Amino acid sequence: MESTGIIIGFWALAGLTVGSAALVFVVRNLLHAVLALVLSFMGMAGLFLTLSADFIAMAQVLIYAGAISVLLVFAVMLTPLASRDNGNSLFALPGLAIGGAFALLLMFLAVDVDWPELRDAALADRAFADTIEAVGRSLVDRYAFAFQVASALLLVALIGAIALVREDGAP
Amino acid sequence: MSLSVTLAHYLAVSGVVFGIGIAVALGKRNAIAVLMGVELMLNAANLALLAFSRFGAAFEAGDAPLAGHAFVVFVLTVAAAEAAVALAMAVLVYRHRETIELDRINLMRW
Amino acid sequence: MSAALDPIRLRARLAPRTLARGVIAFAAFVALNVAIAALVVSGALDGEWYDFRDLGLGVQQLREWLDEQTADQPGWLTDILRSTTWLSYLVTALLGATGILSFVGGVLLVLIWVERRLIGRIQVRRGPNRVGPFGLLQPVADAIKLIQKETLIPVGADRVMFFLPPVLVFIPGLLVWAPVPWAPHMTYVDTNVGVLYLVAIGSLATLAIFMAGWSSNNHYALLGAMRTVAMMISYEIPLALSLLTVVVLTGSAQLSAIVEWQSVHNVWIVVLLPLTLFTFFFASTAELNRTPNDIAEAESEIVAGFHTEYSGMKFGLFYAVELGNAVAVSALTAALFLGGWSMFGLQEWVPAYLLFATKVAAVYFVLVWLRGTLPRFRLDQLMAFAWKYLIPLALLNLGVVAIEAALFRRWEGEGVVVLGGFALANGLLTVVAVRGWARFLGYAPEREPLLRPTLTTGVGGLRAVDRMRTTR
Repeated sequence: MESTGIIIGFWALAGLTVGSAALVFVVRNLLHAVLALVLSFMGMAGLFLTLSADFIAMAQVLIYAGAISVLLVFAVMLTPLASRDNGNSLFALPGLAIGGAFALLLMFLAVDVDWPELRDAALADRAFADTIEAVGRSLVDRYAFAFQVASALLLVALIGAIALVREDGAP
Repeated sequence: MSLSVTLAHYLAVSGVVFGIGIAVALGKRNAIAVLMGVELMLNAANLALLAFSRFGAAFEAGDAPLAGHAFVVFVLTVAAAEAAVALAMAVLVYRHRETIELDRINLMRW
Repeated sequence: MSAALDPIRLRARLAPRTLARGVIAFAAFVALNVAIAALVVSGALDGEWYDFRDLGLGVQQLREWLDEQTADQPGWLTDILRSTTWLSYLVTALLGATGILSFVGGVLLVLIWVERRLIGRIQVRRGPNRVGPFGLLQPVADAIKLIQKETLIPVGADRVMFFLPPVLVFIPGLLVWAPVPWAPHMTYVDTNVGVLYLVAIGSLATLAIFMAGWSSNNHYALLGAMRTVAMMISYEIPLALSLLTVVVLTGSAQLSAIVEWQSVHNVWIVVLLPLTLFTFFFASTAELNRTPNDIAEAESEIVAGFHTEYSGMKFGLFYAVELGNAVAVSALTAALFLGGWSMFGLQEWVPAYLLFATKVAAVYFVLVWLRGTLPRFRLDQLMAFAWKYLIPLALLNLGVVAIEAALFRRWEGEGVVVLGGFALANGLLTVVAVRGWARFLGYAPEREPLLRPTLTTGVGGLRAVDRMRTTR
């Protein structure tokens, strides 16, 4: 992962992701925070692309930016009398401290631990060409049980969400 | 700035986004904002998983060369399901209490 | 009888000078085609950069030439850039981007004229014909009018969220052209996950439309936005399922590979999967906000839906993107279902991208035809159609095609037999499923046809109407 293109791409996308995630905390309007979150999702999708995970990147855009953000916006819209000022709770400063501590700890771990990682030639050999077929195969072959459980989970969540917000008597 | 992008860079980005997610999840008043923090944390975990899948030398590329990718698919699935249920509950709580600020929803009985 | 087909006038039209000109033009056309055929048959064109049938070959050779030029770079440049292919990537990317931008820009301008004239003709009236000869300058007039209008921002509108939606809606409109295969080697971004990319890009417009409606501080806009978003997210599911059905049959999500599959097996996927085309097409009209699913901007119902408060070029962008998306969906239908650039061997003689463009135009004509002919659905009819009708049909289709695809992979004999069997089985399934499921859900057709009042007492279309109108 040495070429200038990847380096520029990584730093730009990482800056976008982290910057918009920080914006989620800082902006004063809830809907602007949702927009910043969507921007962070797109930055993440770009980072997934630099990791040669094309299927996951497209799935990320589709699920997160396309569906979950619409869910969030609908939830904001269905709660009209709630405050939309994205205010901080009483636990804001301790929350910031804990979050900052976690971030620093993980950064330190990332830099300091001697990860058993591939470099240079072995890394280039490992570049994935066809993730969608390999992921699909493993989902129905090796992880078939987890696949079935996940689909059952989705079904339960779907029915549960509908059952929760249903008005009595409505279809 | 280093002259190549390694696993450490991706893990650092993942760590920072995770930390920001914790700050948002703990520090915001609105339940929907808390859910946004949780989504950020899940995204950071996905990034770490994919980074290890790309750079990791710890397992042979045998019959599960993209185990990290499959794991991420499940994390995406669970995140979507959890977001749906959490927002449904938020809307339901709003109907009863006319607010979804977590500071106000602090009674064990209505 | 219409005046144009009057025998005496017809003979008068074939005056000697006109006839001579026509014969000369026809002879020139035939000569040109014979010359092209000779060139193709002699094999002088195969694989060369001037092979006009596939411009991608020229681009590939340009890339190789550029790679040779930058292969031995000076040391300091190698230290900085660390790659010898940077110039070829840059040049070919810019070429492709310019091509797509100019195509989309040109198409958007032309479409305004085409759509309005076609709809006019379908509705037995002329379209715009004032501005230039045959109204050809109408798009220019529209563009100038929209540019010079004042953009009004409503009081209480959220500034940031008011400015973004026109831009955010334009981005997917351009991005969707990336994986479209124009010719065997002419695809701008030939990803392995092209089909998933299309679904993902298509889902981005939803948020932009919602932002547009929300930020306008207007009840009608918000209502329109909510209706539109509900419709779009409901129809994403049958859209994705029908695309997945095509992927299951062809074994690849790469658009150029799907077109090659159709070329190799000498079949159009629409013959094999009619139900899938039906589902895809109908779900696409919903994603495009076009009639019969244009509840978003039902002009007679909620003013203009989510773009009520947008004026000037902001509205121009929404309008242009709607038309551009229609052509994009036509291009996808042509690539996935109608064989793309292949035409049973004709792509040896005629440039493949011209064949593709013809198919795109044909599908776009069908879209405009639907718009001019069908009344729009009510919102509850739309949602019931998506959830109760299209999704079960799409799931059934996916199951059947999955079984057929497994059979196809393991079949030892002739591919034609298997594919013919699939075509028959799927055609039968389509007819049975479409009618049977509708009847099961309770949408039975009426027993007796209603009395059909005729609006015109004479035939002859536009000229008859002209004659009826002019007072003599």
